[in-house]
Amino acid sequence: MRSAGLFPHIPSYLGTYGSLIQQQLTMALLSVLFGLIAALPIALLCVRYPKIYPAVVGLLTVIYSLPSIALFVLLVPSTGLTQTTVIIPLSVYSLAALVPNIVEGIRGIPEDVRLAAIAMGYTGARRLVAVDLPLAVPPIMAGLRVATVGNVSMVSVGTVIGVGAFGALFTAAAQLSRSDLAVTGIVVIVALALACDLLLVVAQRLLTPWNKRRSA
Amino acid sequence: MNVLSQAWGWLTTSANWSGTDGIPTRFLQHFEYSVEAVLIGALIAFPLGLLTGHVKRGGLVVTSLANVARALPTLGLVVLLVVVMGVKFRAVMIPLVALTVPPILLNTYEGVRNVDPQLTDAAKGMGLRPWQVLWRAEVPAALPLILTGFQFAAVNAVANTAIAAYSSFGGLGRFVIDGLATTDYGMVAGGAFLIVIAAILNLVFFAVLRKLLISPGLRQKKPTT
Repeated sequence: MRSAGLFPHIPSYLGTYGSLIQQQLTMALLSVLFGLIAALPIALLCVRYPKIYPAVVGLLTVIYSLPSIALFVLLVPSTGLTQTTVIIPLSVYSLAALVPNIVEGIRGIPEDVRLAAIAMGYTGARRLVAVDLPLAVPPIMAGLRVATVGNVSMVSVGTVIGVGAFGALFTAAAQLSRSDLAVTGIVVIVALALACDLLLVVAQRLLTPWNKRRSA
Repeated sequence: MNVLSQAWGWLTTSANWSGTDGIPTRFLQHFEYSVEAVLIGALIAFPLGLLTGHVKRGGLVVTSLANVARALPTLGLVVLLVVVMGVKFRAVMIPLVALTVPPILLNTYEGVRNVDPQLTDAAKGMGLRPWQVLWRAEVPAALPLILTGFQFAAVNAVANTAIAAYSSFGGLGRFVIDGLATTDYGMVAGGAFLIVIAAILNLVFFAVLRKLLISPGLRQKKPTT
């Protein structure tokens, strides 16, 4: 065993730390991306037709409460032991975290701002892209952060069906009774999740320069 | 329909409904572990949430804690504690409790902190002592958010109990893990469906609780996850 400490030697069949980190981030971030792509139209429909919103939130709450381990194994016959099997449930969880935040974000835009935008000639899709979505960035980012942090961590459950990326360290730790592998897995996953979180906080600062002056 | 028929086949095999590893036993175990995790978590988090919310301090610590907890991989914690402590009830209960604390703490804090100051001022004006303000004004007004916190904690507990089966722990996750180990997909799918049912029953329970406990004068407030 060459290396010690935080990065102990891992069984060779797991590959390298680099490849495991790459798989972990790929699955987690793709899920957030797919969740966001699906969440936008659903949220816009809820803003347009407020009557469907409680039903949508109810449905998302139910989906969010379904344990990942159950969804993974139920998908295996359809999508096999692949990354897709992990990505689909995590995308749906992201959706549940994002839709309410996008809806509340757009609804929270002050009426005078909305009227000013209309008066300046912003209509339809242009108003959405140039006014509504930028102003809704803080709550949307809050949803993205919850989804991202949760997903980076939850990917590891995929190891029960053999596609857990860093979670493979936990399987190996249990089989070999090696606590060092478990500690490394936990530390690296938490670090990755918090690093992604930090990047989103920085992105939010850059996307909403007007907030800096107001909150300072 | 292969998944459904295999799961149905397993669920309707009468032998699976009896004994120490039968469906009723595993269901009760799952229920028991989840309830215990939520109750122990509540003992820690609820008073802390009331305190931090009442004095309106410690928000950064509370929110950071919730964020870190969301990043913690349950499977890793369970494996680590079982490798270190051996297969003990406590080894699995610690991670389960650890993940029920943050939602209760965060939502109780946010709920109590954001109670309309007019309400608490009126309560003080009526001569209520600080703890009476907390129990008679702040807690009832914050109840929608507090219950949301408990619901998230329970959702975590049900999901994490299922994951904890990975390390020889009881509950419904057992069927999934054992089924995978013995390539009995009927058992895996049947177990997964039972976990889904447990999760939905949990939500139904909280929906009922909300109807019963929340004052009709209060409307549902936005949850903080």
